[in-house]
Amino acid sequence: MKKIISFVAGDILRNRTVLAYTAVLLLFSLGLFSLEPRPEKALLSLMNIVLVFVPLASIVFSTIHYYNSAEFMELVLAQPVARSRVLLVEFAGIALALVLAFLVGVGLPVLWHGAGTKGILLVLGGVMATVVFVALAFLGAVTFRDKAQGIGFALILWFFFALVFDALLLLVLYNFSEYPLERAVLVLTMLNPIDIARMMIITRMDAAALMGHSGAVFREFLAGAWGWVVAWLALLAWGAAPLAVAVRIFNRKDL
Amino acid sequence: MKDNAIPPPRRPGKILAVAWLILFLPACVLATRHTVCTACPLSGIQKAVETAAAGDTIIIREGVYKERGITVKKRLCLIGEGEAVIDGQGQGEILSVFAPGSEVRGLAFRNVGVSYTEDPAAIRLVRCEGCLVADNVLENTFFGIYLQQSEGCTVRGNRIVGRAKEEASSGNAIHIWKGERILVEGNYVSGHRDGIYFEFVDDSEIRGNTSEGNLRYGLHFMFSNRDVYEDNTFRDNGAGVAVMFSRQIRMLGNTFDHNWGGASYGILLKEISDGEMAYNTFRENTRGIYAEGANRLHIHHNEFVENGWALDVKGNCLDNRFEYNNFIANTFELTTNSRHNLNTYSNNYWGNYRGADLDRDGIGDVPYRPASLHALIIGKVPAASILLHSFFMEALDYAERIFPSLIPEQLVDEKPLMKPARHDTD
Repeated sequence: MKKIISFVAGDILRNRTVLAYTAVLLLFSLGLFSLEPRPEKALLSLMNIVLVFVPLASIVFSTIHYYNSAEFMELVLAQPVARSRVLLVEFAGIALALVLAFLVGVGLPVLWHGAGTKGILLVLGGVMATVVFVALAFLGAVTFRDKAQGIGFALILWFFFALVFDALLLLVLYNFSEYPLERAVLVLTMLNPIDIARMMIITRMDAAALMGHSGAVFREFLAGAWGWVVAWLALLAWGAAPLAVAVRIFNRKDL
Repeated sequence: MKDNAIPPPRRPGKILAVAWLILFLPACVLATRHTVCTACPLSGIQKAVETAAAGDTIIIREGVYKERGITVKKRLCLIGEGEAVIDGQGQGEILSVFAPGSEVRGLAFRNVGVSYTEDPAAIRLVRCEGCLVADNVLENTFFGIYLQQSEGCTVRGNRIVGRAKEEASSGNAIHIWKGERILVEGNYVSGHRDGIYFEFVDDSEIRGNTSEGNLRYGLHFMFSNRDVYEDNTFRDNGAGVAVMFSRQIRMLGNTFDHNWGGASYGILLKEISDGEMAYNTFRENTRGIYAEGANRLHIHHNEFVENGWALDVKGNCLDNRFEYNNFIANTFELTTNSRHNLNTYSNNYWGNYRGADLDRDGIGDVPYRPASLHALIIGKVPAASILLHSFFMEALDYAERIFPSLIPEQLVDEKPLMKPARHDTD
């Protein structure tokens, strides 16, 4: 088990794409911290990159890697091991490798520049985003046999969570603006892993504009212990649920 | 509406205050002296006031005097030596002065009573001309220093600390109702409803004061014209500073710091016109400037740093000029509630400006629209603040700046600076 995980992760870590991914993240982080004298502002710009670029890279890379290692998986499955175990091992390997890449690319520079709790939050948010989008990639990859279809699905998922969801949210907000929406919006936000991560970071970082108005409600919830737990559970669910469904499909699938 | 015939603001307050000082200071030094101390034949301040003749000086030695309702009806100088404390024991007013040219210096006042019908103060000046209240320490006051219908008075170097808990049941530290040529200088005020309160006070100056931790406003200004306030610090006040219904006010070199909370702002400009606002610093306020019905103000060379909204300029503001201001690291630089813009913005440095300067003249090649669509949306639908810094909102904001459809199209800085303005040379 451990052997296969370390094999998969080691294989990916030597992969040129992952090395390039790490380098690009490192470049972004170091560049932002050196160009922007205010660490808070740099963190904010970095957050935008982390919450848009990291999910995209994670989901596309994982999907492609899954299709490319289909033959390897078939080979392993010829041995007496459970199917679900093989898929989970593959997931763990990819997730581990991408999380490591992220920690090197973003985590180290953030810690190096002493960004404090906000920085740690950003890193945690990025790690969770990576895991969630790897899980979503697996869901797509086991569903579609065709590689092009799988990649297309991955891109659509990313596009939906990064852009479309917020647009729809804004539409809802506009159309129901006569009602007190704060609590409803908080529930809706839980439907988008990127938004959850963003809100967890923002409520502690850029409180100025959020204060007052509805911001007080969001802050009260997300900065409190209860909201904190709920947000983390929601993020974990966003990782676990797609993976569980993917395992189910994989178990019944005719390879 | 335009009235160009209004003369430029005069500043006679200081000159007159100084004139009064020169006129009356020798009187205090040369006059007959009466000494009050706990063990002296004269052991009460009220008694000493009654004994003294007009123009005399009363020296109050170290000690605690449990007196209240001291009334001065002739010109006297009350001067504290050492720690002379007058304790009002939480009942009524401590000292009322009805005589022009009087002085109250170096005393400590403690425990003023609370009454909503009489508004008791530690020191009250009524119809005083050329009075001086200086270097006193006031503690646990309802109203601190209360001037009414007075002219040419100076309030300098006092320290006034209250214990106000809620707005409805508290008074103001320095309260001036109807006055002219008043100088309020170098005082420290905190723990009251309003730090400094001006109503119907003309041609006056507020200089070098620190007002912090007051429940409502650090400075509250109404129906007062041709006043100057300069080099003051307003910090952590409930709502910030309010300047309302006034004309020709000059606000220079003040610091508005960390006025933080749902309805807080650095400064509220409401129904004010023909003023100048320059060299001020706004740092970490929920809103830097909140302007409603502000007209013909010249707002230049201010620093806006790390505010939620640097400027919130409502649609009923017109003919204001914003020049050479620096906007640095604000979440939103400008918001408004109107599709039109009747103010001018030019030569400001906007931290969010992304344009280039190919001809290297220090001015961005592309005009800048500081109004943020997201700020506009939040104004209409507060819950939309949940989308703060989302990729979608930033993309929309960016697109809107290039092709404005919802933000006011004319609200544009044609000459955005590439580097922050230097306030001493630009």
